Amino acid sequence: MASQDVLREEPSRGSFINDPKIRGIFFQVLVVVLLVAGVWWIAHNVIDNLTRLRIASGFGFLKGRAGFDISESAIAYSSDSTYGRAILVGLLNTVIVAIVGIITATIIGFVIGIGRLSKNWLIRKICTVYVEVFRNIPPLLVIFFWYSGVLAVLPAPRDSINLPFGSFLNQRGFYFPRAVWGDGSWLIFVALLVGIAMAWFVARKARQRQMATGQQFPVFWTSAALIVGLPLLAYALSGFPLSFDYPKQSTFNLTGGFQVRPEFLSLYLALSCYTAAFIAEIVRAGIRGVSAGQTEAAGALGLRSGSILRLVVVPQAMRIVIPPLTSQYLNLTKNSSLAIAIGYPDLTATAGTVLNQTGQAVEGVVIMMVIYLAISLLTSLVMNWFNAKMALVER
Amino acid sequence: MQEHDMSWVRTEMVLAQPAPASVTGLGAWVRKNLIASTGDTILTIVGIALVAMILPQIINWAFINAVWTGPDRTVCATVAQGGIQPDGWTGACWAFVNAKFGQFMLGRYPIEERWRPILVAILFVALLVPMLMPKVPRKGLNAVLLFFVLPIVAFVLLVGGMFGLPHVETSLWGGLLVTLSLSFVGIAVSLPLGIVLALGRRSKMPIIKTLCVVFIETVRGIPLITVLFFASVMLPLFLPEGVSFDKFLRALIGVSLFAAAYMAEVVRGGLQAIPKGQYEGADSLGLGYWQKMYFIVMPQALKLVIPGIVNTFIGMFKDTSLVIIISMFDLLGIVKQNFSDANWATAQTARSGLIFAAFVFWLFCFGMSRYSMYTERRLDTGHKR
Repeated sequence: MASQDVLREEPSRGSFINDPKIRGIFFQVLVVVLLVAGVWWIAHNVIDNLTRLRIASGFGFLKGRAGFDISESAIAYSSDSTYGRAILVGLLNTVIVAIVGIITATIIGFVIGIGRLSKNWLIRKICTVYVEVFRNIPPLLVIFFWYSGVLAVLPAPRDSINLPFGSFLNQRGFYFPRAVWGDGSWLIFVALLVGIAMAWFVARKARQRQMATGQQFPVFWTSAALIVGLPLLAYALSGFPLSFDYPKQSTFNLTGGFQVRPEFLSLYLALSCYTAAFIAEIVRAGIRGVSAGQTEAAGALGLRSGSILRLVVVPQAMRIVIPPLTSQYLNLTKNSSLAIAIGYPDLTATAGTVLNQTGQAVEGVVIMMVIYLAISLLTSLVMNWFNAKMALVER
Repeated sequence: MQEHDMSWVRTEMVLAQPAPASVTGLGAWVRKNLIASTGDTILTIVGIALVAMILPQIINWAFINAVWTGPDRTVCATVAQGGIQPDGWTGACWAFVNAKFGQFMLGRYPIEERWRPILVAILFVALLVPMLMPKVPRKGLNAVLLFFVLPIVAFVLLVGGMFGLPHVETSLWGGLLVTLSLSFVGIAVSLPLGIVLALGRRSKMPIIKTLCVVFIETVRGIPLITVLFFASVMLPLFLPEGVSFDKFLRALIGVSLFAAAYMAEVVRGGLQAIPKGQYEGADSLGLGYWQKMYFIVMPQALKLVIPGIVNTFIGMFKDTSLVIIISMFDLLGIVKQNFSDANWATAQTARSGLIFAAFVFWLFCFGMSRYSMYTERRLDTGHKR
């Protein structure tokens, strides 16, 4: 110990140019000086340019009247609304398409990923072709394909394609019946919530009982009955308040019902198909990452194949799958900004329009960046929490 | 009672029997792979139905009913739409791709100057192919030619304005030329920049580390479109009045910086996988920082992350299609722009053009991923445990 201390305290014998500590400080100071100089130069230029273009900096412009229309909006919006509200509408549209896309992509991805591991040769090949096709073409091309290659060449509204449940498909999008909630329909939602809460409670109790006594309880059927049955009961009791507004065919257009515009539809389908190919590969890697010994051991314990999957393979595969799955979800959210190419009013599109109208380039880009960073951070936080919950508990 | 002689030993072995018919041949393969159980059989039937439904339609559309040559839209339109095809006809309009092929490859590059990009393409292939074949000698010279000499020659040839070559504006470039030159420069810039950023992120100097982390995480958190917006809207504001630079160059900077951030994370993964003993061993040999990285750490780290690096390249190759947003016309952009050509507007044009573009993108990306698998196998020194 003592000799080491002596060695450490002994001053460096070489020239101070070769001292890593001094070098480190020198390089860092150099970088800071260069950075400050660069930022100062850029700031100087920006201020110069802005005063020349007579653009007032600051976020006051967000209160101005927008003056442009947005084709799809989840909240009330008109051209008289403010710029701030226009950006909010864009943000909501981004969030909507991202959430719906993530759900669909996950479902398709899991199906395809498991299909690639199937013992069935044909299914395996079909899934491989799907993955290899979609992984190797740009997402923007997939969006254009759905938009101009498929949806734009659908029939005109006059000869819409009839689909089941009174829905229609034509050039202007997908129409389906809109649910109209009458008086007393709040009771149904309350019943649904109560059903979910009770199902959770039952599952907990059943688990405790199985842990204590080994007796099983048909949790799935009870929960299904609670979650579906209670709202149905409430529906009947409150006098059937739900009715549907069906889309009707008129001479030139369809009226009524709920319209999903082709912009949204193509963006949603393209993002789901594209991301699903990547999720499929992640799922495949995850399942293959669980060693065969685990499956065999579970089989030796006498578990049935369904239980082996549910209790042994999937929990371990999830640990491998979740981190890359998170980055795919983030990728999907970021790729939703491609909406601008087909005119779906997402965050980038509306912020871009605001930026062009007001000339507030710096603020516009800053708003975009901050919001996307916030979304990324939020998604990672949620997924990290989920990951920590699923992670291996060392005993 | 006479006892049997039990000491009989077989002197000749029984000839090996062929495997039973139930485990060889086509029948056994089908039994094992297609109809192993009831569930399997149902899946197979569903799969066959799916293929039987889709495949004939695709073949019909893409080959049998397709139109391969023709002067204008009439060959791809039905009688009702003002063309020559019978009503109800659907087929690919490859005539459109055929007629626009030059544009799809080179954009609006002047016709009489088109030998220049073609010459660059030939040089590129002539240098790239030996580079990719491990057996061809003189890799060092080849790399210098490919990564240092070729870009200069290509710049002189493509831009012109010297040695008697007329100047060609980059706004006239387009098609595959833009896609390939953006991705080539992007790849050549993002790998070294990504390595530097990754080293910076693992550096012990706090300021440099922080700067690298902030840069990497910011760029990775925002979409490429925002970066391109930044490059096209904000860069001009950053420069003094009167100074401006080319839109193509701005897109190049945006794409390269974006890819570099992703590359940095890939390389960092490789750096973290190298055992500490390698660093310490290099230190004890008396190597300096850069020597240690160049001779000991990087060769091992980069080999580990080849799949990740190639994935980033593929991602960037696909992402170059986004320059359409800042109104530049890469392969996808020029295909899309040609949809609005009234001479060729039919119901089949968009589909055919997009499928052609998809095929070209697919070829490049699939080729890259296969080559990376091959390299991975070739460089595998069997040290994996």
